[in-house]
Amino acid sequence: MDPLMPPPVRRIAVDRQPNIAPPGDATNGGGAPTTVAHAHLRRPAATPTSVKERMRLESVWLAYGSNWVVRDVSLSVRQGEVLALIGASGSGKTTLLRSLNRLTEVTEGAARSGLVTLDGTDVHELEVNELRRRVTMVFQQPNPFPMTIFDNVAYALVERNGRRRRRRTPEIEAAVVDALQRAGLYSEVADDLDHSALALSGGQQQRLCIARALAARPEVLLLDEPCSALDPISTATIEELIVQLRESIAIVIVTHNLQQAFRVADEVAFMHLGELVEYGSSKQVFDRPRAQRTRDYINGAFG
Amino acid sequence: MASVAASPGPSPPPAVPVPRERVSSWPLIDRVCYWLCWITGIGLCVIAVAIVVFMFVKGIAYLRPELFVKSPAASLRQTQSGGFLDPIIGTFVVTAIGTAVAAPLGIALGVWLSEYRSPRWLARIVGSSIEILAGVPSIVLALFGLLIVSKGFLSFLSQGSPQGALGESFLDAGLFMALLAMPLIVAATYEALEQVPDRVREASWALGKTRATTIRHVLLPSIRPSMAGGVVLGMGRIIGDTAIVTVLLGLTLKNEPVGSTPIIGTLRGTGSTLTSYIFYNSPAGEGNSHEKAYAAAFVLLMVVLALNALVTRITRGREPGSRSWWSGFLTRARLVGGGSTSGGPEP
Repeated sequence: MDPLMPPPVRRIAVDRQPNIAPPGDATNGGGAPTTVAHAHLRRPAATPTSVKERMRLESVWLAYGSNWVVRDVSLSVRQGEVLALIGASGSGKTTLLRSLNRLTEVTEGAARSGLVTLDGTDVHELEVNELRRRVTMVFQQPNPFPMTIFDNVAYALVERNGRRRRRRTPEIEAAVVDALQRAGLYSEVADDLDHSALALSGGQQQRLCIARALAARPEVLLLDEPCSALDPISTATIEELIVQLRESIAIVIVTHNLQQAFRVADEVAFMHLGELVEYGSSKQVFDRPRAQRTRDYINGAFG
Repeated sequence: MASVAASPGPSPPPAVPVPRERVSSWPLIDRVCYWLCWITGIGLCVIAVAIVVFMFVKGIAYLRPELFVKSPAASLRQTQSGGFLDPIIGTFVVTAIGTAVAAPLGIALGVWLSEYRSPRWLARIVGSSIEILAGVPSIVLALFGLLIVSKGFLSFLSQGSPQGALGESFLDAGLFMALLAMPLIVAATYEALEQVPDRVREASWALGKTRATTIRHVLLPSIRPSMAGGVVLGMGRIIGDTAIVTVLLGLTLKNEPVGSTPIIGTLRGTGSTLTSYIFYNSPAGEGNSHEKAYAAAFVLLMVVLALNALVTRITRGREPGSRSWWSGFLTRARLVGGGSTSGGPEP
């Protein structure tokens, strides 16, 4: 990988104090799971008023069976910011992401210790479908349902009073159009809402999946390498979308494309073999990485 | 080839023909097996075509329009022994009952086995039971069925008293026909669901949808062709079965209602189907009218062939239009070459 980062396409306007407080034991490995790293709580409050903490992870450990894939990670997900999880394959990024809306639970033998909270409530205490409605997810592969474009988005709308969604009421129609507009897809598909979603291009399908995830009116949006299967133009569209969306919802994006993290992220967490090695503002992690492993990864020594 | 297509030059050079592989260059054993495959394949086609042609010729020769509208009658004179209206109705009724019972149960079981399967041990037992059921000869199923439905408390299914029931009726036969068809429907549903990639389920779960909603609104609609295929296969199995009809339907020539209630009376009454009618009129049966047996066999064959065509139509029908959506992903990822439900060339 080119050690010289490309110039940022867009930077956040807010000039925040650089975050220099590292999580206490994140760099020396997950030796002591009992030591809760509250470092992110100690650091100076973020300046922009729009930034608000939505989810918090406190010394989270995640395992599949006896295999610990995430070790002692403490992070904070804030509205108004994009948090990027970077790291090589197998570093536990996706697992960590999936634990945020408890999708890890569908894998047999998955276990968690530590605390994940949404607005202060342990996610294990929330009803799981309620949680997943508030914390929706977009996957690596575009996975539209085999329905029409309209139905794909309408499916995600919260059902009220058990009424069938099939019937098109003006409110449903408005909500679908709104979601498609927010995902930047409406102008392309306005005339084809009744066509199969599978006829769309890959980039359009992925934006449809984002529209679907937005239609559920989530508070947190999880993106699992959303652009890894897409062409550069679709990628640019989606990145622009992410940057726009962060004002209204908290966004976590997993990527192993460093440039992408550099382009869209406000906060960056670098994970390696399940450990959180470095966590801070994008500027700090990319310009002045503290840990040697981060420096090596960013300079392309491994990964 | 790819480089040819990608070359930006003014005109692409002509494609080089791929040399044909010669069978004669293969080892002897490969050549022997190769020709054996050819012989078996052609042999099967010949047999299938022979059956259809033979039945067609014989059947057309003896088929009369009045056969479809006359009830059978016991008579030694063939001109007076009537047609096969009742057996056709019988086949229809038994198939309808069997399918109406087997389809919802089979689909539900298939869904449970694929999507819930908990507790694990129960799912394993259910899976094995379905396999056993699929392998039980229908005559064994029929005998076992007679044992059950001749109990007095089940006399409402046929006729009899609380002490004991006759155990022969359309309802009895239809219920055990359902057992015959169910394994096919369960297997079709289960296998189709197993082919749906997990990321489709996760996409729905990640929107806060329950498992039940996901199954109803995403999974079942997407495997509809496979389910329909399974149901039609089950119908074919019911239509073609003779043993259960023989034991549990009474084998009366005409459909004999019980009591005076119109529909329920017929359902509780005895009767026959096309298969038992063919047996009855074959040289082995009492009617001994091979002409009518041929005519009925022709009708039966046509019904079954039509059902087969329907299966093919249903299971393949979706591909050209809204192309099999996950087989697209899978074949692109070279994971499968196309499964039972999503086979066929990429459009």
